[in-house]
Amino acid sequence: MELIETITVGSGGVASVTFSAIPATYTDLRLVTSLRGTGTGTDTRIDFNGLTTNQSQIMSRGNGVAASSVTEANFYGIQVTSSQTANTFSNGELYIPNYAGANNKSFSQTDVQETNANGAWMYLSALLWSSTAAITSIKFAPGAGNFAQFSSLSLYGIKST
Amino acid sequence: MPATYKPIATQTLGSNAASVTFSSIPATYTDLVLITQSASTGVSENIGLQFNADTGNNYSYTEVSGNGSTAASTRQANFSRANLTDRIGTSVDLGECDIISNIMNYANTTTFKTLISRANTVDTIFPGANATVGLWRNTVAITSITVMQSGSVNFKTGSTFTLYGIKAA
Repeated sequence: MELIETITVGSGGVASVTFSAIPATYTDLRLVTSLRGTGTGTDTRIDFNGLTTNQSQIMSRGNGVAASSVTEANFYGIQVTSSQTANTFSNGELYIPNYAGANNKSFSQTDVQETNANGAWMYLSALLWSSTAAITSIKFAPGAGNFAQFSSLSLYGIKST
Repeated sequence: MPATYKPIATQTLGSNAASVTFSSIPATYTDLVLITQSASTGVSENIGLQFNADTGNNYSYTEVSGNGSTAASTRQANFSRANLTDRIGTSVDLGECDIISNIMNYANTTTFKTLISRANTVDTIFPGANATVGLWRNTVAITSITVMQSGSVNFKTGSTFTLYGIKAA
């Protein structure tokens, strides 16, 4: 596994983070995220190749009170919001097998918040990008506001041979 | 720097097959990661694992799953394999089902072996986002892993299986 790029958000925050020009030289991609937003929404949007189409997602989730499962027509992750415990960030992992292949792209995502308070979520998601195009860029953006300073995202490449 | 995600072996099916086996797994890593990308020739009740060709009822697992409308949890004790998924429909094509299995401390000879798997099927018939923890009640080192379908179902041609090794130090 090789680090392709790490992006750490600086002072003032940013509206989105994009890994671009991802080389097709690996077999799989692994993304590790640590996110906090300046807004009050927990959603983080994820897009491939600048497209918001052909996305579907199934979430299995729990918040310490109940478990549920929902579907989404777009890709969502979670972040810690500005109204949650200070200095806490979400943790997330995406594993994207065969990201440069000619099949549709199925991948998994695990996202957690833990804030020593009620209302924190854990998501386990199955996601499908119904596209045969190679993934060449990945964009993360908060549903509202910015990613807060010290949010970080790392992209790794994994080769099977 | 410790070796992480070092490829041990990868297999791409040239024809339909009921199972895939990784054998002669070296004991030189700390943990194993198995990446499965598959499609099935029929409705698969589940995909499972056996270690060291052990077909006895020495496995157990607990699953948390969601299908887009309902969340559930099930478990099975004294079973003949460690299941990794829920039912998978035939609408799933190559690239639409993947499983990530982490097998911890696989080479030690003093403890039973545990694994964590996450499985995705964004299927129109049996969709699911699942996490499963499994236990194999055996203290021997894992030297082979068989990934298997259920019943008479096969993995489709083109399904891929890759085993990685991870070193703690």
